[in-house]
Parts: sequence; C-alpha cells; structure tokens
Amino acid sequence: MRLTLILCLLTAALFVVSLVTGPADIGVMESLKALLWDDGGPVTLVMREIRLPRALLAAMIGASLGLAGAAMQGYLRNPLAEPGLIGVSGSAALGAILAMYTGAAAAFALALPLAALVGALVGVGLLVALAGPRGTSLTLILAGIAIAALAAAISSLVLNLSPNPYAANEIVFWMMGSLADRSMTHFWLALPFTLAGWALLAGLGRGLDALTLGEDAARAMGIGIDRLRLTVVLGTALVVGSATAVAGSIGFVGLVVPHILRPLVGAHPSRLLWASGLGGAAMVLAADIMVRVILPARDLKLGVLTALVGAPLFLHLILKLRRERI
Amino acid sequence: MSGLMRIGRLIAACCLALATAAMQAGAETPRPERVVSINLCTDQLAMMLADERQLLSVSDVALDPGSSAMVDEARNYVINHALAEEVYLMRPDLVLAGTYTARATVSMLRRLGMRVELFEPSRSLQDVRQTITRMGEVLHREAEAKAMLAEFDARLAALRAEVARRPSAVLYYANGYTTGDQTLAGQMLLAAGFVNAATARGYTAGMNMPLEVLAMSEPELLITGRAYPGASRSEEILTHPVVEALRQYRQGATMTDTDWVCGTPHILRAIEELAELRKQMTGQGQ
Repeated sequence: MRLTLILCLLTAALFVVSLVTGPADIGVMESLKALLWDDGGPVTLVMREIRLPRALLAAMIGASLGLAGAAMQGYLRNPLAEPGLIGVSGSAALGAILAMYTGAAAAFALALPLAALVGALVGVGLLVALAGPRGTSLTLILAGIAIAALAAAISSLVLNLSPNPYAANEIVFWMMGSLADRSMTHFWLALPFTLAGWALLAGLGRGLDALTLGEDAARAMGIGIDRLRLTVVLGTALVVGSATAVAGSIGFVGLVVPHILRPLVGAHPSRLLWASGLGGAAMVLAADIMVRVILPARDLKLGVLTALVGAPLFLHLILKLRRERI
Repeated sequence: MSGLMRIGRLIAACCLALATAAMQAGAETPRPERVVSINLCTDQLAMMLADERQLLSVSDVALDPGSSAMVDEARNYVINHALAEEVYLMRPDLVLAGTYTARATVSMLRRLGMRVELFEPSRSLQDVRQTITRMGEVLHREAEAKAMLAEFDARLAALRAEVARRPSAVLYYANGYTTGDQTLAGQMLLAAGFVNAATARGYTAGMNMPLEVLAMSEPELLITGRAYPGASRSEEILTHPVVEALRQYRQGATMTDTDWVCGTPHILRAIEELAELRKQMTGQGQ
C-alpha cells in the first residue's frame, strides 16, 4: 500500500513538473492557471495543445511500457524480456512506418495505430512462438535480435524509398522515440487501444502468479495456458503498438522499471504488474523532462536517456544470470 | 563546435577565392557555347540569361515542380543528373554548379579539364544582384544581365516605396525550422514590409524554433513551407493544432513556393504577392 502511494505521488509530481517545463519562458503559476482557465492568449494555447498532450502521452506510454515489460517477464519467466529490446517495438514501428509513408495514415487516421498494432502482433507472436515459455534466455535474446534487426532493416528501406526528402532522416525518431510536437489528436488516437491493452494485461495477475510454480502446477490450478499466452500477446501488442505509433520506440523502460520494483513487491508478478505501470509512467515522464532540460530547443530523443540508464542495467542482469546458471 | 565553424569559414573563404579567381579569368576566356548547368539555381539563372543555343543542359531538379519555378522552360533542354560522367560526355565548355554541389563531382570535372564555375547560394537581395551580374559575365551576356538588374531594382524600389505599418510574420517549415533576417527568405520578408517575429526572439539565421516559442511570438502572418509528396513525420508539425490555431485566429497564412527557393528575379514575384497581402492586412491600398 505504501509503495502505491509513493509511486502515485511521484508520478503526479513528475506530471506537474512536465507541464511547467518547456522552451517558452512562462512562470509556473501563470502556466498552470492558463491551463485551467482559458485566457484566450498564447499561454493557454501552449499549455493545452503542446504541454498537456506531451505530459499525458508520457504518462500513458510509460505505463504501457512498464506494464508490457512486467507481463512479458512474468509470462516468459525471464527478466530480460523487454518490448524494445526483443523487437516488439521495432516491428510496431515498421507497421506505423508503412501506414504513414504509404499515405494510409493521412487517408484514415486510425490506420496508424492499427498498422502498428498489427506490426507489434507479428513481432510478439513470432517471439513467443520462437522462444516459448520454456525457452532459455539465449533463445529469447537471439530471436529478439533477429526480429529487431529485420524490422529495422525493412523500416530503413521503406523510409529511403519514400519520395519525401525528410523521410530518410526520420529513422532516428522511430528507433529512439520522442514526444516533441505531439498533439491531443495523437493522445486520443492511442487512448482506446491502450485502454484495451491495459485491461487485458491487468487481468493477467492470477495466471502469472500461478505460472511461477511451473506450467503443470498452473494448469492444475485451473489456469488456461493457451489463453494466458494469447492475452499476453494481444495485450502487449495493443499497448506497445499504440505507444510506438505516436512516439516511436522507447527502449529499456520495460526492463528497468520491473527490475527496480521486483524486490519491493516480493516477487509476485501480479503485484509487479500495476507497480510497473506506475513506475513506467514516472520513468518516461522523468526522461521527457530531462530531454527538455538538457537541450531545450532541440529534439533530443527519449531513447537516448532511457538507454543511458537501461543498457548498464541490462549488462548487470546478464552477468547476474550467468553467475546463477553456473 | 568552434573548430567546425572555423573549418566552415575556411571552406567558405576558399570558395570565395576560387570564385573571384574564376571571375577574373572569365573576362578573358572566349564566349562559352556549350554550357551545362548541374544546380537548380544556376539552371534557372542560366535559362533566363543565356543565348538560345548557348545553354545545352540543365539538371533534373529543374523539372521538379516542387522545387523549380521554370519547369516548362527546362523541358527545352537536355536533362542531366549532375553526374560527372554524363556531364563529361556532353563535352561542355563551361559547367555551372552551386557551392553545395557534390564536391567529388566538381573536382572530378576539374581534373578532366572542364571549366567549372561555382555559384554560392544567395543570402540577401544584394547577393542575388551579384549573382546575376556574375552569371552575365560568365556567359558573356553582360547586357542582358544589366537589363535584368535594372528591372530588378525598379520593381524592388516600387515595393519599398510606402510601408505604413509593418505587421509581424514568421516563416515556419518542417521540423520547426524557421529563417531569420540573415537568410534570403528573411530578407524577402523584410522587403515585403514585414518584421520577422522569429528574429525578435533571437532566431536570426536558419534554425529550429520550438512550437511553444512560435505560439508565444504570436505572428500576425504565418508563412509555412509546402509539403513534399509522400507523407513525413517532420512535416506533421505544419498541421499541429497550434499552427492551425495561428492560421485561424491571426490575420492570414500563406505558403512558400518555388519562387522562394533560388536567388533569381523570381523572388520578386513572391515578394510582390506578400506585399499585396500586407496591404490587405493593414488596410492600405485599394
């Protein structure tokens, strides 16, 4: 209970800080007042159309990535499973890229999240099929690397084939992620898919708890393993797909957050799920504040900061796993 | 950073030295009769100034309706793709290129003994005048260049004649790029009788201006870049609700077109259109 409160307070505080951070020089009180009461001037425009969607998206996407990481790690029983590292975000980005640069997204707004969803579904489906619940870390990571590399290669190809001179440079956005210049349109576009995904993943708790005892024990407790697998695949695809469609792929959130919170919740996958959701929201909000503090006028990518924190941790996890296996 | 800038300045100085050297040489060389241009901006100026049979080939970009203001004229010439091999095979006695044309192509052509004249992109209206003069000298069409300049000056003087009030404006392109007073587009804005609200916020050259700063600068006129074919995320910013709101609530919005791309007399068309808009905005004229 105390952990929930702390995480909620942290997320709320970071949300407010995110709202008052930006290159436009506006006072804290002035900006919050303009957000709540329309002053008809540019400050309200900045608050409601630039900073509010940015903060909302950061919280939503962070929660999605934290939740997806915790769910995948619970199902695969492997602390290295993370949507960004194992190619799920990459294949979602490929779907979004196809929708965007073929003009489908311009003709039909929902095409963007839908295509990203299909991409994520293919990615996570392939991964679960290849690595499976009994697969070793090695199989998981190798399958993930292959999927991520293939998705990145096809993405680059599509971007380079585009007649638009800006397209080729946008690979950085799709691979590192950014929340710059997003609008409420993007928030509303991603929201329904995200909520559906959260609902699916939040219901996984009991199944994942049972799975810690092994597949046979879980079956004996009345858990349908096939249904569990389908829920993990679909839920992850929904949240990662909609997050990637609007913000590109942001790596390491689903790795770092469950890792930090696992000792605090006593290794119960069910309790780790919601805690990781809140923790993920806090982490992406913090990263998005940092990119604006470090380089206010330029669009430093979010993935740069999450990788700076996440990659060393990933190495640490690999060393730890290796020690345990020997 | 300063090291990079120093190298940049060094390169610019070298280009200038080369250009001046070439200019002096230009006066003594015989009139070129097989001219090949491999840069969009030299394409257009050469098409305007060269004798009918003097100009042989222009670049493929001159045919691109998204960049070139002279697509129809360009159809009358052989099209090249700015590749050293094909240019060499055309046996030109003069190659016109921009200083931003691939260096490898230019140095290859020079090694093969071609005479290559480099033109710097214009950064001001004065640059445009100098480029016109130099193109006239290089092509041995000084009289035509002089006539073009006279007309250029007359139209510009008419534009500058009377400005009652200078409304503020911002030029905004993909990725939030804006151009301040130290660019050709910024100078065009000033010539049309506007003040650049981006320059007032410290964005003097071509640089990225965050959307928030654009909203806070509250320009009376927002001029955005035209979208290229094929969607891109970089251009999404031009349909962001903030940009839409500035277009809606402020007095007007317009788009830059091919007349803005190169420092040729075509820029006067763009300036005249803008000045017309300014008169409507300030209630002047009519």
